[in-house]
This record gives sequence, C-alpha cells and structure tokens, in this order.
Amino acid sequence: MTLELSHLSRRFTDYPALDDVSLVIAPGEFLALLGPSGSGKTTLLRILAGLDYPDAGTVQLDGNDFLAAQAHKRKVGLVFQHYALFRHLTVAENVAFGLRVRSRKARPSRTEIAERVQQLLKRVQLDDHGHRYPSQLSGGQRQRVALARALAVEPDLLLHEDLELTTVFVTHDQEEALELADRIAVMNRGRIEQVGSPEAIYQQPATPFVCEFIGKVNKIPLTYANHRLSAGDWVLEGDPWNGRHANVVAYVRPEHLSLVGAHTESGWAARLRHVYLAGSVAHLELYIPSIDQTLEADVAGEDVAALGLQNGAELRVAPRGAIVFALGEQAGDAPAGRWVWQA
Amino acid sequence: MSGPRRQPHWSRRIGHLLLMLAATAFLTIFLALPLAVVFVEAFRRGLHAYLSAIGQHEALMAIRLTLLVAAISVPLNVVFGVAAAWAIARFEFRGKALLGAFIDLPFSVSPVISGLVYVLLFGAQGWFGHWLELHDVKIIFAVPGLVLATIFITLPFVARELIPLMQSQGSDEEEAARVLGAGGWQMFFRVTLPNIRWALLYGVLLCNARAMGEFGAVSVVSGHIRGLTTTMPLEVEMLYNEYDYVGAFAVATLLALLALATLAIKALLEWRYGDEIAAHAPGGH
Repeated sequence: MTLELSHLSRRFTDYPALDDVSLVIAPGEFLALLGPSGSGKTTLLRILAGLDYPDAGTVQLDGNDFLAAQAHKRKVGLVFQHYALFRHLTVAENVAFGLRVRSRKARPSRTEIAERVQQLLKRVQLDDHGHRYPSQLSGGQRQRVALARALAVEPDLLLHEDLELTTVFVTHDQEEALELADRIAVMNRGRIEQVGSPEAIYQQPATPFVCEFIGKVNKIPLTYANHRLSAGDWVLEGDPWNGRHANVVAYVRPEHLSLVGAHTESGWAARLRHVYLAGSVAHLELYIPSIDQTLEADVAGEDVAALGLQNGAELRVAPRGAIVFALGEQAGDAPAGRWVWQA
Repeated sequence: MSGPRRQPHWSRRIGHLLLMLAATAFLTIFLALPLAVVFVEAFRRGLHAYLSAIGQHEALMAIRLTLLVAAISVPLNVVFGVAAAWAIARFEFRGKALLGAFIDLPFSVSPVISGLVYVLLFGAQGWFGHWLELHDVKIIFAVPGLVLATIFITLPFVARELIPLMQSQGSDEEEAARVLGAGGWQMFFRVTLPNIRWALLYGVLLCNARAMGEFGAVSVVSGHIRGLTTTMPLEVEMLYNEYDYVGAFAVATLLALLALATLAIKALLEWRYGDEIAAHAPGGH
C-alpha cells in the first residue's frame, strides 16, 4: 500500500501548521518525521488519522482518496504522544476497545477478542497486567498498552507519536529515529526541509536548519576576500559564488574537526577550555582567538591521552570537511547556495 | 533549632478560644438552631399530628408536583448541560463566551425576575398570551410554567460542573476512540460519559436540590392554586400564612431532609471523587 501526500497545507488562525507538504511513503516503509515542536509533525499525523483536515492538498492510499474516509473508517493505528489510554477501562479492555466497537457483523466473538487481547499483551510483555488500570502502570508500560491497542485493529497505517517500529512515525528522539527509520523527513515551520536516509540527512544536510537540528554542529561565519572564503586562519581556497553572497556560513560537525600539527598552513591556534572523556571519544571545548568563538570537537580518546592534553593547553585544529551555505536575505529564507567542502 | 519549646502566650490562646467560640455560636444560631426548630415545631403536637399534616391532600399534591417538576426539569438540564459543556469544552466557535455568560445568567438574576420574565412572555397580558389563549395552552399558573421557571433557575448546575472537568481532561481519549473505529455515540457512551459520570452525578444532585427547593421563580408563575400549582416550598409558605404551624413545619421537614441527604451525598462524592469534581457552592438566592 502506497501512501501519497501531495501539497498538503493547513493554516491555523495565526500561522501555517503545514505549508505545501508532499511525501510518498512506500509499502512497508518506516518513515520518521523529525522536527522541533510546532514544526507540523503532529498536524500531519492528525490529518492522516482523520482528526484534522487540510485546507488544501490530497492524501491517497493506493490511488484512493484517503481523506474522504472519516477517522473511524480509516484503519489507522495511532499511538498518541501521551498515550490517551481510557482511564476508566482496564488494560485488557483498552486493548479490546477497537474490536468491541465494531458492528456486529465485523465483530469477533467474545472469546476471540479475549484471545487476541491476550496475544497482544503477551507481545508487549504485559500479559499479567490485563486487569490493571492505566493509572497503575509506569510510563513505559502505558506506551506498550497504547501500542497493543493500536495494533489490535490490524491497521493499514501505524502512526506513532513517539518511538517504536512501523510506518509513519513522529518523534523528538533523534537517536531513535536515526537508528530505526528507513527514511527521515525533517520538518520546520510546516515545511519538509529534507527527506532522505538517516545517513544522507546527517552527512549531507540540505539546509542550515537540518544541520543545526540533527546532531551537534559548529556554526562559523565566513568572510570573502582575495577570491576566497575564510574564517580567521582557516582558508577554504575558493568561493563557488565568487563573492556574490555576503552572508556565508560554514557548518562543521565536531567529529570533522581534528587536531593538526604546527606545520599545517590552514587551521586555527586554539586553547583547550575543557575536555570531557566519554568512552572512546573525547569531547573538547576549544576557544579560537582568531575568530573569537568556542568550538566543539570530538576526537579519539587515545589521542588525547597520548598528547596528555589538559585544560588550558595550546593546540592547533582544522576542519576536515564542512557544509557551506550562502544564506538568503532574511532569516528563514531558503539558502541561496550550498557547497560541500572537503579539506 | 534549639532552646526550650515556647508555650504560646496565654493571650494568644484565649484569642483562639474566643474565635472558636464565636464560630460555634454563629453556626449554632444561624444553622443548627433553625434546623432544629423545623423539627421541633413539626412534632410539637406529636407524631400523629405530624403524619396527618403530611397526609393532607394538598400536602401530598404538593409533594407530587415537586417530584414531577424535578423529574421533568432535571433530565432536560442534564441533556442541555452535557451538550453545552461539550460544545464549550471541545469546540471553538463564535459566541462561545456569550454562551458561557448565558449559562451563568440564572445565577446572577434574581429568581423573582426569572419568574416574572415568563409571566411577561406567556401570561394573559404577555407577548404570547393571546396566541396561547386562542390555542387553549396554559403555561402561567399551571404546571408548564413551574417547569419552565425551574429549568431556567437550575440551568447552570450541570453545565458549570462539567465544563472545567471536560476542559482539563481534554479530547485525547475521545480522539483515540474515534481512530479505533468508534462512531459518535459509541465514543460518547463508552468514553465521554464514563469519564464525567461522577461530576455529572454531582451536578444532578445540586440541580435536583435546587429544583425541589426553588421558591422565588415558581412563586411568581404558580398562582398558588392549592392542590394544583403549589410545590412544597410554596405549600410551606401558604400553610404558615394560615397559622398552620405544624402543617408548615411538617412539610418543611421533608425539604430539610432533602437538604441533609443532598449534603451527605455531596460530601461523599467530594470525598471519594474529589479530583473529578469541581466543588462549588450552589449559586442563586
């Protein structure tokens, strides 16, 4: 079953919650929506669940108009962010709800329902909690009940506002999304900024927003002089825009910043402000006097140990790679250009 | 934290004592004593006189009428209250604030005025009086008038009880029910209603107490026809004005018992389901 969203827009009184969003979700695909709160994830999810409607645009499931069906006819499983368990029903009754409200023709028998509920509770490892009420469960247990309840109706589409397997799935938790998703759609201000594999999103971010939102990144403003871009002693040799854009920024991931010897030409003199060892990786906080900025660098823990680095040590660092954006006139504009720079 | 524990100063202790005495005296004089007087006066001539006073035809008719009026107006207010609370708690629409204000109106208007409005509308000289007379419909000085006035007076109880609860509960569970395949009524009866049941019962309780005890508004539209349009509070007044103290206080004991029972159930609900109930003082006059 292919789900096709085209040109969805939804305006609330004072801001656009969704702004011309198009997406194709392949059968069996697990798509994660990622974005800050207010970026439109929940609105998109509610539209798919039938709890809200777009002002413009269409959603088709295998070529059929998906929006024409009312919420209770859509066969969508939805796990709410706060689970929305029925507080007056037991865990087992919660899971059975979707089956019990079916019309007599489509409703399984009592024993069938009980069996199915037991199976599902077993799958989420809550088979001995069926008689409890939601208020007696931990947060994690509640979430598993919500998942079992959503799966009980054998949905065509599982929407998950938090984590776990399956098709469309909205989350704040980046680690989770990067691990599980086939593809990620990064949303911001009601728009999809980039859709792609987790690796592509991380390594080749399409916009400054994606850079800043996914993972850690150092943001370094560049200046143009003598036909090349630079920031302090770091020189990029060239400028794809030949100085047309005044506002150019380089994004450097902490792991793309390496310690270099004194002989290298391009790079910064830096002072180690703080070192924090986490397993095999050392997080360094470096102050660069020539650009008056503090940068973060991730280097191998062994190197730090070998060099015997301590707070206040003087050293030299240089970026190995960076994504350079020529920014638009105003904040929030799409970038005017993008340049993947390699040392 | 050191040094010997200081005893409160003696003048302070006396202050506390006086305050407690004053409060107790106040409650005794203004609440307990009147309640006791009702029962004492009702039984002044003994149990037999009491029972025969209640067994009077007019008294029995007044009891019947009171129950009838409550039996009609309370269910109607439940329907209206739930619908209004749902509309206000779940939807954004033009005039929402106005609807809220209208629901509160009976709390802020004197009941006598409420009754008078119906007389002006449906009375013989009222706006619709002529038309009603032509079609032989009696509202004022008849049971329909009593019911209308009672509905108006008790309008806020259920809605005001439910609105804050439904707003705080949010619509997540209802939406979950929809997505799981429940139709509108299934959602209402399986999710909405169970979630508000105790608050609803609480609202019904207050609504009922007011419906049975209302005096001002029904007094205006009743016409005081003994055995036909007098509810219990009106019957009490009429008996009292006729110097039938035992009769008046005998009927009054029934109202007092209703009040005590209401109070007991109310306290029980507040104690048991306090977090689902927005306890408030019944407004009005």
